[in-house]
Amino acid sequence: MHARTLEAPATVGSSEVRELLKVERLTKKYGEHTAIADISFTVHEGEFVVLIGPSGAGKSTLLRSINRMIEPTSGHVWFDGMQVDALDKKGLRELRRKIGMIFQHYNLVDRLSVIENVLHGRLGYKSILTGSLGMYQAQEKERAMELITMLGLEEHTYKRADQLSGGQKQRVGIARALIQNPRLLLGDEPIASLDPKAAKTIMDYLKSIAHTLNISMIISLHQVQVALTYADRVLAVRQGRIVYDGLPRDLSLERVRDIYGADAGDLIIDTGDRHVD
Amino acid sequence: MIGFFLILLIIVYGSQWVTAFSFIDGIASIPKALSWLVGNFYPTEKSLQKIPTILTKLVETLLLSIAAATVGAFFALFSAIFGARPTAFSKPLALFSRGLATLFRNIDVAAWSMILLFSFGQSALTGFFALFFASFGFLTRVFMETIDEVGLGAVEALRATGAGYWPIVFQAILPASQPLMISWTLFMIETNIRSAVLVGILTGSGVGFTFDLYYKNMNYNAAGLTIVFIAATILLLDRASNMIRRAIL
Repeated sequence: MHARTLEAPATVGSSEVRELLKVERLTKKYGEHTAIADISFTVHEGEFVVLIGPSGAGKSTLLRSINRMIEPTSGHVWFDGMQVDALDKKGLRELRRKIGMIFQHYNLVDRLSVIENVLHGRLGYKSILTGSLGMYQAQEKERAMELITMLGLEEHTYKRADQLSGGQKQRVGIARALIQNPRLLLGDEPIASLDPKAAKTIMDYLKSIAHTLNISMIISLHQVQVALTYADRVLAVRQGRIVYDGLPRDLSLERVRDIYGADAGDLIIDTGDRHVD
Repeated sequence: MIGFFLILLIIVYGSQWVTAFSFIDGIASIPKALSWLVGNFYPTEKSLQKIPTILTKLVETLLLSIAAATVGAFFALFSAIFGARPTAFSKPLALFSRGLATLFRNIDVAAWSMILLFSFGQSALTGFFALFFASFGFLTRVFMETIDEVGLGAVEALRATGAGYWPIVFQAILPASQPLMISWTLFMIETNIRSAVLVGILTGSGVGFTFDLYYKNMNYNAAGLTIVFIAATILLLDRASNMIRRAIL
């Protein structure tokens, strides 16, 4: 039923797929509470990684520790030759430009138009003055139009963001991330607020972006079936620790049950045809 | 339930006994007071001659109220940006900002008038500062709440793109909160005009002082006319700001 089996993981192909992100023993504590503990993994160029796990397992914290929207307590992150945990303010801005981020609630400025929201993705490249005044170059605007067209939003270009549907808003979010020219895209439950049809559209876009633009993805999801369908690799988190790191096809029903613990009952239905036998 | 009413009744009677105030007499005097009002506060031909004076003072008060609200809004904007959760960049500054707003908000405009009267004397400046301080305190508070409400998501997204602080403020926070902020500033102007009458009486400026003067000279006809003009202005302003609100929201 799914095209997944036709695509080998990491289709970037050639023998030397470069390592883009390396996370080493990353830990984040809030006082006594440990949000993530001792997490290590690597992500290659163009790789589509899906992060699964029950709510509160630490998925959001993990994602935000990568671009230091949350400051990790200990551990290291290397991204494209930069040691993320050692970056100063200027370095951190440079890092964030190269990492796009999309959100469950899209996080657009509702009262601004689609194209204005997309151009916001360029603000990381601006000085205080040009950024505050919103001065964009012609080629940035052209690129914004290209991305808007690519994501099928051209007829909504000048509409206010609050007039769009959820799926359209998320596509604006994706365009805003892509105009940064990122090497990596972080997605924090990007389809959790969408209906199944819109969710599929978004996942299809993300998958094709990863492979055509060679942008790596780390997307957190709570639908196991979607994760298995789209992921090149699955990372599962439970109580702040990685409990599975591997190919989706090796993720057995028992593992899924382990990951979700008591909540697994509903998920068996969720995993659908793949696990029926 | 019955116990509650019993307690209320005891409080009412207790306080009446202490203050020697008679509730019944109070209510009974309302018709008399009304007939006195109607009998004295009607405009006469002679009082109509005062219209130019009243209008000049009214315009002065109106401009003062608008100035106090807009200048207050300008300072409140920065104070709110430093104090609101999505945009606060330094904890001491945020605490200072919030403390300042609380202080200015919780001192009533009448109290400000009395305090400032000592420093600036009987002048329009005293009235302006009293209204300005009250506007600043109130607007800082509501602007902060506006930013809290609209800002978190977009600020997070733009921080993640590597955008700097001021571009985020100007490109996300301000466009998102602008309509609500304008709406609150309009509300502040309306409130200020109402307070301005009282402030005017206290500080001897504007249309409040005009009213006070007529009233104390027992020229009730002119005093009544002043009130009619104030009420008409407030109603007009209310209409105007509602129209502006509909246009921007």
